Amino acid sequence: MLAKRIIPCLDVDKGRVVKGVKFFDHQDAGSVMDCAQRYEEQGADELVFYDITASHEERELTLEVLHEASERVFMPLTVGGGVRDIEDVRLMLNSGADKVSINSAAVLDQNLIKRSALRFGSQCIVLAIDANRVKWDGQEVWEVYINGGRKPTGIKVMDWVRKGLADGAGEIVLNVMNADGTRDGYDLEMTAAVSEAVPIPVVASGGAGSPEDMYEVLTRGRADAALAASIFHFGQYSIGQTKQYLYERGIVVRMDRGGSTCNAA
Amino acid sequence: MIGIIDYGMGNLHSVHKGFEKVGAQVEIITRPDQIADSEKIVLPGVGAFRDAIDTLHQKDLVEPILQFIREGKWFLGICLGLQLLFDKSYEDGEYEGLGVIPGEVVRFDFTGRPDEGELKIPHMGWNALAIKHRAPIYQNIEDGTYVYFVHSYYVAPVDESVIATTTEHGVPFVSSIWRDNVMATQFHPEKSQQLGLQMLKNFAAL
Repeated sequence: MLAKRIIPCLDVDKGRVVKGVKFFDHQDAGSVMDCAQRYEEQGADELVFYDITASHEERELTLEVLHEASERVFMPLTVGGGVRDIEDVRLMLNSGADKVSINSAAVLDQNLIKRSALRFGSQCIVLAIDANRVKWDGQEVWEVYINGGRKPTGIKVMDWVRKGLADGAGEIVLNVMNADGTRDGYDLEMTAAVSEAVPIPVVASGGAGSPEDMYEVLTRGRADAALAASIFHFGQYSIGQTKQYLYERGIVVRMDRGGSTCNAA
Repeated sequence: MIGIIDYGMGNLHSVHKGFEKVGAQVEIITRPDQIADSEKIVLPGVGAFRDAIDTLHQKDLVEPILQFIREGKWFLGICLGLQLLFDKSYEDGEYEGLGVIPGEVVRFDFTGRPDEGELKIPHMGWNALAIKHRAPIYQNIEDGTYVYFVHSYYVAPVDESVIATTTEHGVPFVSSIWRDNVMATQFHPEKSQQLGLQMLKNFAAL
């Protein structure tokens, strides 16, 4: 049976790992290779590199660390953050990414997901969504935000998810901004709604504070994978501890420690 | 020397580095004559079946690959490299494959099942191997080992004796095959951490 995935996310700025609280205030958490290798040893199922670098020149650094990582860790690598056009997608895939996650650029160019999926295959195109619970005329709406959570788009999350599916995205990462970096738990309601609306895998992001939060989003939140940054980077919980916790509560996870197998099924 | 065939379908970087990591002599190859010169070949690939088979034809790689297999030399297909071995694929139409292994490539379809909502397509992530016939790449690999998959189509061989492993995703599907000198996996050993690298090492040691 397909295991639920636990995915550490490395926010990368100028070749270093950082992680902010509610998007804006960044703290340095270490070198990319150190983090990537530590997570591989702990049995992470996948790694996400999220490039938050602003300038084009500095973005080269992200491609370099991605390339280096792909030579040293043998697990699926997703990169996102710096994509503006199909050429960026190509560069990232050539630098060793297995999947490229597209966020703001998908809104700014609403054919980008479709063109990328046709050219490179759905399996490597991820639609990443920054979602915010907001009020429109007093009514709560789930709205898509872009530019690192700074700019509202007027697009509703569920409409955007369905368009992403129709355009050929192979996976959706749903990052709920109200929860991001707070460690108060994922947005279970929104995650479940998105997961039920599409047949493709949904990765929950934003709000992980404990293994219990992951348990909740993988069950009640119906997510296929749980992504987290801060709780892993600062050594609060290891991936192994988190998976052990999930395994003991009946979640199918891949248990693999230091070469010996201990498969939970 | 192991030749990894580069025909423009996806990134060969990890397969290449994976073999290097386990100490194998490996080279990326692109031309028909390089296939004949290799001791073993690896046919990787991600993307659409039609693009892949068209490209193999355009680059005149089909006959050299078939000849290589006929000569009894070790062949490893990965992902699309498994699917291409079959007679026919139904991915976005109906396309002829290499016809090495009789059978077809079909899509996961859970329409109308009560658990439809639980069974996502693509089948993406880590899943367990049930070993049916222990192919040489599964030396020192335990039954139940988790490996990394990403695909929406799977192979349905006519002759069940070629099934090396099956994996459960709504149905038990064929996750790898083995017939004589030909082995091929639906999953990505090069993305399956130490145990995946062990499979590459086993292939290199043949």
